[in-house]
Amino acid sequence: MSLAAKSLLLIAVLGLAACNNPDRYGAGAGGAGGAGGAGGAGGIDTTGLGDPNNPTSIAYFNQTVGDRVLFAVDQSTLSPEGRAVLTRQAQWLMTNPGYAAIIEGHADEQGTREYNLNLGAKRAAAVQNFLISQGVPAGRLRTISYGKERPLEVCSEEACYAKNRRAVTVLSAGAGV
Amino acid sequence: MIRPMRTTFRTLLALAFGIGTLIATPVLAQEPPRIVIGPGVIEPMPIAVPTFIDEGGAGDYAREISRVVISDLEGTGFFRNIGEEAHISRITSFDGGVAFEDWKAINAQVLVTGAVSVAGDRITVKFRAYDVFNGNTLEGAALQFAGTTDGWRRMAHKVADVIYSKITGEGGYFDSRVVFVSESGPKNARLKRLAVMDYDGANVAYLTDSNAIVLAPRFSPAGDRIVYTSFETGFPRITLMDVASLQRRALEEQPGTMTFAPRFSPDGQTVVFSLERGGNSDIYLLDLNSGALTQLTNSPSIETAPSFSPDGSQIVFESDRTGVQQIYVMPASGGEGTRISGGEGRYGTPVWSPRGDYIAFTKQNAGRFHIGVMRTDGSEERLLTASFLDEGPTWAPNGRVLMFTRETSGAGGQTSLWSVDITGRNLKQIPTDGPASDPAWSPLLP
Repeated sequence: MSLAAKSLLLIAVLGLAACNNPDRYGAGAGGAGGAGGAGGAGGIDTTGLGDPNNPTSIAYFNQTVGDRVLFAVDQSTLSPEGRAVLTRQAQWLMTNPGYAAIIEGHADEQGTREYNLNLGAKRAAAVQNFLISQGVPAGRLRTISYGKERPLEVCSEEACYAKNRRAVTVLSAGAGV
Repeated sequence: MIRPMRTTFRTLLALAFGIGTLIATPVLAQEPPRIVIGPGVIEPMPIAVPTFIDEGGAGDYAREISRVVISDLEGTGFFRNIGEEAHISRITSFDGGVAFEDWKAINAQVLVTGAVSVAGDRITVKFRAYDVFNGNTLEGAALQFAGTTDGWRRMAHKVADVIYSKITGEGGYFDSRVVFVSESGPKNARLKRLAVMDYDGANVAYLTDSNAIVLAPRFSPAGDRIVYTSFETGFPRITLMDVASLQRRALEEQPGTMTFAPRFSPDGQTVVFSLERGGNSDIYLLDLNSGALTQLTNSPSIETAPSFSPDGSQIVFESDRTGVQQIYVMPASGGEGTRISGGEGRYGTPVWSPRGDYIAFTKQNAGRFHIGVMRTDGSEERLLTASFLDEGPTWAPNGRVLMFTRETSGAGGQTSLWSVDITGRNLKQIPTDGPASDPAWSPLLP
């Protein structure tokens, strides 16, 4: 049976391809705490965050504006606190038109895989819709759901679950679309 | 002809031996040995499988094949092998006479003899299963398989499938593969890649690397293709892979949408899946030949996890249109569907049995997860497992065993694969090299 050999070949080919594709979930992403872009853990290189004191930097957006909103169990409705964060995000995005954003929706681990993928999508869509309602051009926003695949906190208690039920606005520079 | 008794599949698994062990001198032919799944006493059938005879060049293969046959049969929970140390007779010739009195004396109900020969890379395995008390061969249980030596485990599985099938009246399931997601890394940065293995965890081969998240692979009805959800493009996309060539392509790439939860139709020509747009998902059908897309549901709620009935006429799926995940059945042409789940808690990931008689599901209730089965109208719900997190059942080809993912809690939580009978018996972990999730059983191999 040559399946194993083919698998090795495939992996070798993909290994080469991966040179163009920096480790998406490697050292930078998913690290301790929620600082920087780590909480997003989805497809954005964490270098080039800039000076957090510079109000046009990604670091400023992540730390001062606030890059994420949290949700209640099973819900995708924005809380008053979430709306306040997103209002600031919208203002920032409109004064910094050189950035595009991918909104990552996440769920906690209490739920089946497919359902949680959809729940994450609903959360990301709720954020996207709110930002658009505040005037951010739709073309600068995309959404992605990670379902329960990328928890930020790893304990199996509500303290962790509450932080994992999130939508994170992950910026990328120079992609104004 | 050995036929199963009428079976009722209630809560218990029973063994009913058709052999009157107390009759000293049988005058009439006795019922051949059989196991009937239904209410009653549970006692594994004692069998004897002396090491298969080396008829030339077989070397370790004879012993290894015997070992796998025993492992398959004992693994069902229906059989108990009587070790060779207790045997009185030795089988020295495949076609020689059998001293049935010696096998009766150790209370073996069934005796399996076999022989293996190897020439070059060709291997031949033959076997006979005897009804010890009647002193004859079980009808249809004297066969020969030939192939290449690298397929030796499959031949062992085929031997065991024949024996299991003759004695239970159910279809076999040992000669099958399982595609699954092999996991590594910490919980907040889990690496996932597709892998396939024999149903018992042996012969693992990896189908992808772990550069992108992959979820929930499913075999085509012929076992030659796999559909799954991959983040390879950066966004979740249903993806089709050819198992032999490992070539793969994303299906249905519509910007701004997510596609997930794919599954083949019974004819293998179409894939049913969920397409999400703006946070709302509905169920769609994609014709793999024409590329035509058909929308089957139209509801502002989560509709996902579709699974065809084996005759292709209906689709079972989950929806939270009432506010809570529940299971619905609709015609394969689409529609609102009829809700079939009704108990407390949430019901998801429904999968139609290949025999058409049951739907397996994941249930969440009171902080626990369960794998369960119900009739296709929702009646006779029965929970088979309970843990912190059990999910995603898949049916063995014979529709009598389920495999699923179990995940432990906490920062060090890990996934593993487990199987259980539809009776709730014989719960056990499938050995894998590392954490593993999302199993999907292949059909019985040809």
